[in-house]
Amino acid sequence: MSKPSLFIPLVVFVAIVGLFYLGFGLDERGQLPSALLGKDFPEFSAPDLYAPDAIITREDLLGAPALVNVWATWCPTCKAEHEVLMDIAASATAGTAGLRIVGLNYKDDRGKALQWLAEFGNPYAMVLSDTNGLLGVELGVYGAPETFLLNPQGQVIYKRVGDVNQRIWEEEIKPRLAQLEAAG
Amino acid sequence: MRAGLALLAVLLCSPAFAASPVDVFEFDSPEQEQRYRVLIDELRCPKCMNVNIAGSDAPIAQDLRAVVHRMIVQEGRTNEEILTFMQERYGDFVLYDPPFNSRTGLLWLLPLVVGLAIVALVWRLVTGARTRQSQALTAQEEAALREFLDEPR
Repeated sequence: MSKPSLFIPLVVFVAIVGLFYLGFGLDERGQLPSALLGKDFPEFSAPDLYAPDAIITREDLLGAPALVNVWATWCPTCKAEHEVLMDIAASATAGTAGLRIVGLNYKDDRGKALQWLAEFGNPYAMVLSDTNGLLGVELGVYGAPETFLLNPQGQVIYKRVGDVNQRIWEEEIKPRLAQLEAAG
Repeated sequence: MRAGLALLAVLLCSPAFAASPVDVFEFDSPEQEQRYRVLIDELRCPKCMNVNIAGSDAPIAQDLRAVVHRMIVQEGRTNEEILTFMQERYGDFVLYDPPFNSRTGLLWLLPLVVGLAIVALVWRLVTGARTRQSQALTAQEEAALREFLDEPR
C-alpha cells in the first residue's frame, strides 16, 4: 500500500468525528427544529380560557412582539417556568418592547387551569384554550412547555422546545427583541 | 421439527406481534384502513423519535393518529396530502422517508459515498497484493536466491 493511502482511514475517521461533533454540539439536540421558523404563525381560532364564548384569532397576536407559551397544569416544568414568565411580564424590557405573553393551555382541563392561574398568578395578556391539542398540531407542538417568539407581523422568529428560563431569556429572547426594536 | 419450532419462536418475537396501543377507529372501507396502517408506520413520533406513531403511546402520537384517521375518512385527503401536512408542521424529520433536497441530500448520499469508498479501498488492497505476487525476481535476486539454496547445510 502506498504511503498516502495509509492516511485514508484516519481522514475518514476525523471526518466522521467532525460530523458527530457538529451534530451533537448543536444546541437543542434531541428536539425537532421548528418547521415554522421564519414563517407566519398559522391562522387559528381558539376560545379564550376565561371566556370560552370569546374567540381569539391570529389577528389578536399582531401589532407587537408576542411570546406564545404552551403550558399545562399537568406539566411539572411549566411550574418552574411560570416564575420566570411572571418576572418577564413585569420586567422593563418586556414593557418597552410592548411584549405580550400569550398563554396556550394545551390538552388541559379548563377548571384546573383557571385554578392554577388564580393560585400562582397570571403572566398572560390572554390565554388560548386548546383542550384537544389540535391547535398544537397546527403549530408543530408535541409537548409542554414550548414557546414561540413572534414579531409584530406575526412571523415566528424563534421557537423554544423546553422551558423559558433565565438563560433562554437573556441569550435567545432579549437579543431578538432588541433586534426587532432596532429594526422597527 | 426443532428447527421449525425455533424459527416460529423467533418470528413470534418480531415487531409485527409486539403490543401496540389500541385505537378504536372506524373506516369506510378496508382500503382506508390499509392506508391508515401504512401512514402511521411512516410517520415518526415527534416525542419518542425512535418510534413511529403506530408504536408510540405518547399523547402527541395519539393525537397524530387521530388526525391521520380524520384526514383519511372525513376529509378524504390523499396520502401525499397527509404526509405534506405533517411535514409542514413538524419538519422533514417526522417522515421516515425524508425527501431528497439540499438539506437531506447528505443524509441520502453519504452511505452510498462511504460504501463506494470502501469498495474502492478493498479493490486497491486486493489488486495491490496480486501485483506484488506477480512481480518476477530480478536477475540479481534470482542469482542470490540460487546461491542461498545451493549452500551446503
